[in-house]
Amino acid sequence: MAQASSNTPNILLRLWRNEGSRGVIIQIITMVVLFALLAAIARNVAVNLAEVGKEFSFSFLTWPAAYDIGFSPFIEYTNQSTHLRAAVVGLLNTLLVAVCGCALASVLGFMLGIMRLSSNWLVSRISYVFVEFMRNVPVLIHILAFYALVVTLLPPAKKAIDVGAGAFFLSNRGFYTPSPVFEPGAGMVGITIIIAIVIAVIFRRWAKRVQDQTGKAYPVFWIFAAIVIALPGIAFLAAGMPLSWDIPALKGFNFKGGMAIKPEFLALCLALSYYTACFISEIVRAGILAISRGQSEAAHALGLQNNRTLQLIIIPQALRVIVPPLCSQYLNLTKNSSLAIAIGYMDITATIGGISLMQTGKEMETMIIVMGVYLVISLAISSFMNWFNHRIKLTER
Amino acid sequence: MKQTTTAVLAAAVLTLGVTGAAQAGTLEDVQSRGVLRCVVSTGIAGFAQPDANGVWGGFDVDFCRATAAAVLGDAGKIEAVTSTGKTRFTKLNAGEGDVLWRNTTVTFSRDVGVKLRFHGINYYDGQGFMVKKSLGISSAKELDGASVCIQTGTTTELNLADYFSSNGMKYEPVTIETNDEARQNYEGDRCDVYTTDASGLASTRSALPDPGAHMVLPEIISKEPLGPATRHGDDQWSDIITWVLNATITAEELGVTSANVDAQKSSNNPEVRRLLGVDGSQGSELGLSNDWAYQIIKQIGNYGEIFERNIGVDTPLGIARGLNALWTDGGLIYSPPFR
Repeated sequence: MAQASSNTPNILLRLWRNEGSRGVIIQIITMVVLFALLAAIARNVAVNLAEVGKEFSFSFLTWPAAYDIGFSPFIEYTNQSTHLRAAVVGLLNTLLVAVCGCALASVLGFMLGIMRLSSNWLVSRISYVFVEFMRNVPVLIHILAFYALVVTLLPPAKKAIDVGAGAFFLSNRGFYTPSPVFEPGAGMVGITIIIAIVIAVIFRRWAKRVQDQTGKAYPVFWIFAAIVIALPGIAFLAAGMPLSWDIPALKGFNFKGGMAIKPEFLALCLALSYYTACFISEIVRAGILAISRGQSEAAHALGLQNNRTLQLIIIPQALRVIVPPLCSQYLNLTKNSSLAIAIGYMDITATIGGISLMQTGKEMETMIIVMGVYLVISLAISSFMNWFNHRIKLTER
Repeated sequence: MKQTTTAVLAAAVLTLGVTGAAQAGTLEDVQSRGVLRCVVSTGIAGFAQPDANGVWGGFDVDFCRATAAAVLGDAGKIEAVTSTGKTRFTKLNAGEGDVLWRNTTVTFSRDVGVKLRFHGINYYDGQGFMVKKSLGISSAKELDGASVCIQTGTTTELNLADYFSSNGMKYEPVTIETNDEARQNYEGDRCDVYTTDASGLASTRSALPDPGAHMVLPEIISKEPLGPATRHGDDQWSDIITWVLNATITAEELGVTSANVDAQKSSNNPEVRRLLGVDGSQGSELGLSNDWAYQIIKQIGNYGEIFERNIGVDTPLGIARGLNALWTDGGLIYSPPFR
């Protein structure tokens, strides 16, 4: 007994002096402290909520929301719908802005980046000035300024500008376009489109295999396009053109019929896109500059034309440098979309994290939902970009 | 965004355990701080707005000053905590303000669900619609298909939804954060109609470049009793706010004004003597000095004076007393007796 007790400090001391076990001990202590902190926070929340007499519960999601949402292009929503549905409307609106914004920002960003590298002085200066001006002004200011411009510069609905054949109208209430109305038989055309794409993809794989084996190159792009356009086109004609257009017309206060791109959406999406595009353009520029000149010189020496060089030699290598930082720009854009609230675009922050929060007084619950939603969207973007990055990785032999 | 920040802040307060906010002792806090913090709006002409020197004034701010006069003896010792419709309760509950004097409608869900204490009504309001005269309409029933500017986080957006669906009409809500932004959108013709409480419409209209070109439609679609609010859990503080409001009303009922309050101290009317702290110990029962109501009336005035000075017929807002006349004059303003 006496021996054992006198040995105990020795063992602890020895464990502490051993580098490997010391690391484990420190990790255990860190974890304990971390969990204690989390537990303390959770307890504090519970105690404080109880103190102000608020119950922590998500049951309010099933209550009728009682407010209207002006912009719900994907699902039906009325003021009798639940708070949950309002949250879904907000989520879809957030995703819409994120997807449109990322797509536009990428296109514009690549253009600006390549323009910046142009040997044409004017083209490269235009890109330079645009990028430096746009990215050095906070994005919230861009959004507010763009929205104010749309609302004050464009005419009111009653004086809308007819921008095309009496079917497209531009006003400060939105950009109105005809919307397609599908008639019986349209479903068949839709199915043919899918079939055409499948056939085209199979063809492309086959053509690539032939090229790999024999070196014979087909004009893949043109045949691909021909299949995707021609097959559904024939089906469309065969089904008796089952499509008509709902043309917007001014009735009373506003345009009725057709589709409208609302100024709130327009301002948010465009402001986020061109702001983010500036950062993307710098990433693209860095990516292209990272490829040594020898690469393009070698390609030229082999007889490849400029665009083939860019397409086959430069861009595949540059993408390795471009994609990881591009991912964080997409994440930034998505998170910045929560600034929508400044101009009244009904995204997730404005619906569940705004009006629902206000009407129900459930700050904790709604904020948890909003944070969870942004977290999930961001993680989804990250994992997609990681997958993409992995795919385009340089195959080293 | 500011409002998101506040919501997150509230969540953080709940998380990190700054529990002092929701507990008793607001009076001691205010007195030891020497400043009363009132949650007010971000700027509604006549109700709460800073002047050219940044000094806050208006109907709601005067009630805030009256509270400061009662609690601190000096109507100047206030700090205006601005809030949008959406952030006001969060700010109050998170302890950023001591009391809310901000065009706030008393409703069941706010009283019970948001856990507020309301202390009577200082303005009886109702929701209305403002349109440009050039639209040529004369009734809210003609608004089918219109774009309507609303402030988010208010009872107005719920009333609006109810009104349009019960009348079988459709509309496009244009949801805006503050009164000023809503006015810009209305001016820019982004929306045909601006809807808020009738008092807010009068205020907004007075701030438009050409007020004559706009009209408020006759329909009042809701009851909007506006009143002060405090947090749950501090009964003494709740009593103080209740009786500050009642003191201004009682003073008007008894004819005590800021001009004659010194003379009224020697009045023979026992209620006047109790109100002004000449007799009785009502001040100390509230935890205040005995001349608390005297200070309110001396420095700020009675209910009628506050009304006429800020929003009455002689101001740009030009609001008649209407429902907000004393009960003896056919209105609804009524105070329990000081007894």
